[in-house]
Amino acid sequence: MCLGIPGKIVSVYHQAGLRMAKVDFGGVFREACIETLPEVKEGDYVIVHAGFALNRLSESEALETLQLLREIGALNEDEVS
Amino acid sequence: MQVLQEFRNADLVHKLAAEIRRRVTRPWVLMEICGGQTHAILQYGLDQLLPAEIELVHGPGCPVCVTPLDLIDKAIAIASLPNTILCSYGDMLRVPGSQRDLFAVRAAGGRVQVVYSPLDAVRIAQENPDREVVFFAIGFETTAPPNAMSLLQAKALGLRNFSLLVSQVRVPPAMHAILSAPTNRVQGFLLAGHVCTIMGYWEYEPIAAQYGVPMTVTGFEPVDLLQGILKTVAQLEEGRVGVENAYTRAVTRDGNRAAQQIINQVFEPCDRNWRGIGLIPLSGWGLRPEWADFDAEKRFNLGPIRTQESPLCIAGQILQGVKKPHQCPAFATLCTPQAPLGAPMVSAEGACAAYYRYGRGLEQSTRSHSEGKS
Repeated sequence: MCLGIPGKIVSVYHQAGLRMAKVDFGGVFREACIETLPEVKEGDYVIVHAGFALNRLSESEALETLQLLREIGALNEDEVS
Repeated sequence: MQVLQEFRNADLVHKLAAEIRRRVTRPWVLMEICGGQTHAILQYGLDQLLPAEIELVHGPGCPVCVTPLDLIDKAIAIASLPNTILCSYGDMLRVPGSQRDLFAVRAAGGRVQVVYSPLDAVRIAQENPDREVVFFAIGFETTAPPNAMSLLQAKALGLRNFSLLVSQVRVPPAMHAILSAPTNRVQGFLLAGHVCTIMGYWEYEPIAAQYGVPMTVTGFEPVDLLQGILKTVAQLEEGRVGVENAYTRAVTRDGNRAAQQIINQVFEPCDRNWRGIGLIPLSGWGLRPEWADFDAEKRFNLGPIRTQESPLCIAGQILQGVKKPHQCPAFATLCTPQAPLGAPMVSAEGACAAYYRYGRGLEQSTRSHSEGKS
């Protein structure tokens, strides 16, 4: 249940008074409520749980994490060689 | 976001595993709180990449596993009433109650409907104005905003035939319970990344300090999980205690304030029983007094509920990380996903189901049984 799935917001609209979005999960489209993320917009990536987008994924943070991890690997290879 | 694929990159996984091996000098016991992480660790075989010094024990973060038996029996009783529709997340249907499960109720003609989102349950209530619709609102902090929002929406729509059967639990009080137990072996925690997206991680900092146990906010992909393990091991090896974040693309220290506000509009802290574990003070959320009219426990007169657990199931010890699934005498023999004795064998987040599905401990289990017979 805590297994959120990342997807990309393709459109934002209102339904029954709630802010909703159509979300693309790698080619499968589903609806998600985005009431808890007032700032998200089309093109943003979000993690969806139980039909609700509960956080926006940061691409810059993702890139930074990967960069740091690659450096760990590179340091070790230097030590080995 | 193409970059997300990189969190499954095999080269990075092996580099991280090598770095963990390089850093470890002695045995450490780590617990991943979240059952979704337990499944991911076993699915990707990450446990088998770790050095022998690192033991992973599996925590209570399986929502259907900790939902107390009396509430499951109440859900079964509600679903058995004429003119009601019980809506539930799918995992719950096969969780054993005292006498039967929700699938059996449905097979006997009860209206039990699986929903993906609590808003689907609200829609069902709109479409069935002559029926009482009850949503079984279970889960940790991740389901609290959706579950709370369903009530806000039902009220906004003026629905009088909608109510919640609430079993909402929180991670931090469970960690206090685990860390203060005399049987505790856990020396470091992987914090549940998606719980932290909602709540942030500031509330874990005093727990880490109080018990001297380092923690790392951890995501769900193989690279995330190994990074979480590495950061926790590094803290342990260096004698540091704090809460670090290995899931920065999704988690901030403060969490999602708007989601927290929605939770606080509907729920307030309350004591809760955890199945197999017992009462943990202030470990749950219950409906605030102003929402009492939407409380299914108050709306339906269910009479006394007499619960009865399987005498064989050791789910409580599994959920607290005291025992591993294959150390249960019923594992994979009397208890299987097809015929579960306890909830951890049912759920996509249960440790027993993960061990069964990914073949951990099956040999030991079979061997100990054949030894026992000889």
